[in-house]
Amino acid sequence: MILVIGIGNPDRGDDAAGLLVARRIREITAPGDVSVIELIGDQLGLLDAWNGARDVYVVDAVCSGGPVGAVYRFDAADSLDARFTHRGTHTFSLADVVSLGRALGRLPVHLVGYGIEVETFELGAPVSAAVEAAVGITSTLLAAELKAGG
Amino acid sequence: MTHESRVRGRLGVKVPALSRVEGEGGLEIVVEDGKVAQARLDIYEPPRFFEALLRGRQCAEAPDITARICGICPVAYQMSACQAIEDACQVTPGEPIRNLRRLLYCGEWIESHALHIYLLHAPDFLGYESGIQLAKDHPDIVERGLRIKKAGNSLMAAVGGRAVHPVNVRLGGFYRAPAVSELRALVPALEQAREDAAATVDWVAGFGFPGFEQHYEFVALRHETDYPITGGRVVSSNGLDIAAAEYDRHFTEFQVPHSTALHSTLDGRTYLTGPMARYSLNYDRLPDDIRKAARQAGLGPACRNPFRSIVVRAIELLYATGEALRLIGGYQPPDPSAAEVSPRQATGYGVTEAPRGLLYHRYTIAGDGTIADAKIVPPTSQNQRAMEADLKDFAASRLGMPLDRLTRECEQAVRNHDPCISCAAHFLDLRLVDSGERGARGARPEARRS
Repeated sequence: MILVIGIGNPDRGDDAAGLLVARRIREITAPGDVSVIELIGDQLGLLDAWNGARDVYVVDAVCSGGPVGAVYRFDAADSLDARFTHRGTHTFSLADVVSLGRALGRLPVHLVGYGIEVETFELGAPVSAAVEAAVGITSTLLAAELKAGG
Repeated sequence: MTHESRVRGRLGVKVPALSRVEGEGGLEIVVEDGKVAQARLDIYEPPRFFEALLRGRQCAEAPDITARICGICPVAYQMSACQAIEDACQVTPGEPIRNLRRLLYCGEWIESHALHIYLLHAPDFLGYESGIQLAKDHPDIVERGLRIKKAGNSLMAAVGGRAVHPVNVRLGGFYRAPAVSELRALVPALEQAREDAAATVDWVAGFGFPGFEQHYEFVALRHETDYPITGGRVVSSNGLDIAAAEYDRHFTEFQVPHSTALHSTLDGRTYLTGPMARYSLNYDRLPDDIRKAARQAGLGPACRNPFRSIVVRAIELLYATGEALRLIGGYQPPDPSAAEVSPRQATGYGVTEAPRGLLYHRYTIAGDGTIADAKIVPPTSQNQRAMEADLKDFAASRLGMPLDRLTRECEQAVRNHDPCISCAAHFLDLRLVDSGERGARGARPEARRS
């Protein structure tokens, strides 16, 4: 099973980036080919969300000081990118969850992460233009990767 | 002297701060003449934004809006909001709805306590940097914690519509009452969770605890018959016994220079809310088997050693799993699933027991049903002064320690109370500052974003 998981908070400006990519992918992929999940809040839920899936693509907002709208990609088979180590209140970072999944033997066979560099987490703020553009770029890249993989 | 030379040095331990949405933490310990003069904890407090956001919105929106305050305890915010607005509108939902709310709340206690015990707090006692490191050496133990947490999340999803930011809660009750079969389907996982919770109690009871007791004034809800979750009077170990509507007469919030979060006092006094307070003020409300488990875990009728709060939390975890099973066993879907709530111009008050302690909401509703004013006092805000007092007293006898160990133990002292910023394995910048340095360095702790 191929699974795309968008992570974020729809009420916190650019933090919605991962969710927006997930919605784009849902619109442009054929039903049944790819399962799409939007994950809000506790990222530990990833361990259960990807349970049983072989190929998993996770999309999340990244705040590493890079240019806003930059798109990053990592493969969990490689060392984890430090950009994915940000944490929210009571939540574990994507890197933490991947590390925990590895320790517990609960990682998918193939796990790819996409990150979008963001800047604003203001409550109720809209997604910035740069991030909106990056959502489109990421969706295109991911859709191509899904197509190639399929 | 070794002690003085360490204290006089400029000491700093830099660790990753929280960065994603909310949450910065800093700790500064001020030393004067070789003694701890002050311990300051800086906490960024998100609910303040929500009070402004709520103004002008329809009161029926409050449960959905406040659920966004915290991804771990959204139910607490929803329940206090519903209770306060229903109070203003003079509506009291019937027992079936109250029981279903209590069941939903049990799910939140289970998932929140399991997360804190296994992945945030236990590593401190076992010498691990994080829950991830613990998982590498003890995967079976961490899997047990995740299994308990999942049972709580499943309960929240079944009753609340989804595990994070439940969408099924509304004023007066629920949009839809789950079918009996939906809840009965949770029983095997909850029975396993109860068994796992009992193992959790045994596990944490065997940890080593520093000999450190505090003379807290405990504050918690107290219910006529039940261990308090969704309602009761606000009581304290010093004799306070008030209704939610009297909260503002006794509890005062105020700004302090070193923190973005408001501090709170009870008639001018520092107090503590949370599992230790609930337990110590309501030991007699626990079922016999839970009290027996507490005794076997080394707890008395009250617990004043904050490092043993992990044992108290495990006892509450055991209680919550059993309570959830009891409520499911007697469940009949409420019909209708919600009481009618007609807005009226009034002020209402609500207090419930979030996993981390007392959560107070107050709403003033305008004639058109919009919220004219809102006040939300989360437990972490209330506990700041008690946490600082803990740190001051705890560090005082440990200034001779190597800095890395002192830092670790001070972080643990903060995590004892499961504050809303303690989600990261490490979050504090600890600085020891002697009085001669303060003028040059300023008093504000340095919280950093990673």
